[in-house]
Amino acid sequence: MTWLSIIIAGIVTYFARMTMVAIVSRDMLGDRIKAVLAYVPSAVFPAIIFPAVFINDYGTFIEMNDPKIFGALVAIIVGYFSRNVIATILSGLFSYWVIIFIFNS
Amino acid sequence: MLSKKQLLTKGILDVAPHMLSVIPFGIICGAIGIELGFNPYLVYAMSIIIFGGASQIVFLQLLSGGASALIAITSVGVINSRHLLYGAVLSEYLEKLSFIKKLLISYLIVDQGFAESNKFFKKNKTEENLHYHLIGTGGTLWVCWQIATLTGIILGSFVPEEIGLKFAIPLTFIAIVVQDLKKMDHVLVMFVAGISSLIFFNAPFKSYIIIAPIIALLVAAFILRFKK
Repeated sequence: MTWLSIIIAGIVTYFARMTMVAIVSRDMLGDRIKAVLAYVPSAVFPAIIFPAVFINDYGTFIEMNDPKIFGALVAIIVGYFSRNVIATILSGLFSYWVIIFIFNS
Repeated sequence: MLSKKQLLTKGILDVAPHMLSVIPFGIICGAIGIELGFNPYLVYAMSIIIFGGASQIVFLQLLSGGASALIAITSVGVINSRHLLYGAVLSEYLEKLSFIKKLLISYLIVDQGFAESNKFFKKNKTEENLHYHLIGTGGTLWVCWQIATLTGIILGSFVPEEIGLKFAIPLTFIAIVVQDLKKMDHVLVMFVAGISSLIFFNAPFKSYIIIAPIIALLVAAFILRFKK
């Protein structure tokens, strides 16, 4: 039963990936829609970032002094100026670890 | 003109830094499946059949919490529905491919691969064989995801929870959007998407993950109207 569920979930996911690529052609999207689609990364990724930073594993809001907020701010500042993905991720992780391991111990 | 091999290599190099986040997340994903008591083969098969990070964890957590299969499947579908948006954006660049190639390459469309290939496509619209870049980003993510989830399954409960590797997930996405903070219209769209995701966080089936982007895109459409 679980196997069948996984296969169905996989098919559903595949259709989400494939449908637009397979059916949309150049003439179907007007300039206006294309202009809106240019905002897709800015519209989707913050919807992953915000809950991952501001909401904890139990589904409640974190405190304003939570190390995740500090880590995210460091990553934003480092990422903005360095334009480097590795520096962004590592600076965020390390600043987060510094707080949880040094200051909370 | 770049050769197919150069495009493929560029794709691999463009997405490689994100592995800093994808690999720990994959390990956690495999380990959680084992800790919840699922069959290791089943946990691993999800990485091939679904191939969708967060949705795999949610699926197993729902089932182990006693939710029905229908609820688990619906949640996976809702969480992964954002790929419809990625497909719509990429369709412009993949248009010349044959139908079969479109069906095959679609399997490789994932968040970070979409983001990096889309950035490359926007700057290199005139290149031919652009899809090789997407094969580079998506293929790299696929291989690393398989290795990482397998590692997590093998390590199981040896993966320590408290070092907070999960925090690498928002960081990889911060790295993707951070340069767009230079543009006020994008800042507004991001802010709306982020706040909406928090407001709708408790909506059923994790639907905040598609509700928030839709609200943000409506705001984007509104901004465009005022710009003209």
